[in-house]
Amino acid sequence: MNEEIEKQIQELQKKVNKLEKGTKDQLSMVVFSGELDKILAAMIIATGATAMDMKVKLFFTFWATASLRAPEKNVSGKNFMSKMFGIMLPKGSKKLKLSKMNMAGMGTAMMKGIMKKNKVASLEEMFVLAGELGVEINICEMSMNLMGFKKEEMIDYPHMNICGVATFLNDASESKVQLFI
Amino acid sequence: MTTEELKNINANKIVDARGTACPGPLLAAKKAIGDIESGEIMEILSADEGTKHDIPKWCEKMEHEFLGVVEEDSYSRIFLKKA
Repeated sequence: MNEEIEKQIQELQKKVNKLEKGTKDQLSMVVFSGELDKILAAMIIATGATAMDMKVKLFFTFWATASLRAPEKNVSGKNFMSKMFGIMLPKGSKKLKLSKMNMAGMGTAMMKGIMKKNKVASLEEMFVLAGELGVEINICEMSMNLMGFKKEEMIDYPHMNICGVATFLNDASESKVQLFI
Repeated sequence: MTTEELKNINANKIVDARGTACPGPLLAAKKAIGDIESGEIMEILSADEGTKHDIPKWCEKMEHEFLGVVEEDSYSRIFLKKA
């Protein structure tokens, strides 16, 4: 009888440990979209979460990776396809467009003007702020390979890593909040 | 607390976040709260409409005591007591 109870206690202990591990005060977010408005929303949520004392881990994948390119950096030794991708995709956050009402760039320019008037931080400022606040940015290695981006051409960000989907899944599985943007 | 009581409070720290929009005031509050002791009062000035709804939620999470809001012409004064 005692053995039975002990066994049950052990099993419960295991479950409790698992639950505790599963509920870190942490936010995991997949940043997939490459448009100005969507990435800005992601960064506002990310920095806001740090104010709530949450640990924040962003997983940049597909179109979002282009937003992290540094406009002033150039790398050599790319093949033809990578060069083409490099030319066609926006080189950094300043080149991003709105997902709606871009109107050949007019809408985006107008939005930037309104943002300034309303004292909303630009995306460039948000990246700097996020870095200061300890927001982690993990970039999907496969996306980097597909688009031919190299780590050397990315912005200088204090907490940046190149990783795979398992890193995101591991982070997400122990986060209270998970988002996809 | 009533508006009159809030108006008479002498905050231990005043954070002027009127030059920023969401999430600026929240980040300013988070930064400044480290400068005061438990039980002391902080006042946040914000021109961002959302802040007066955000700060109570932030207080709830961080376990500070939200005291209330005093509306001025173009901004709000938001009061809280540090846990």
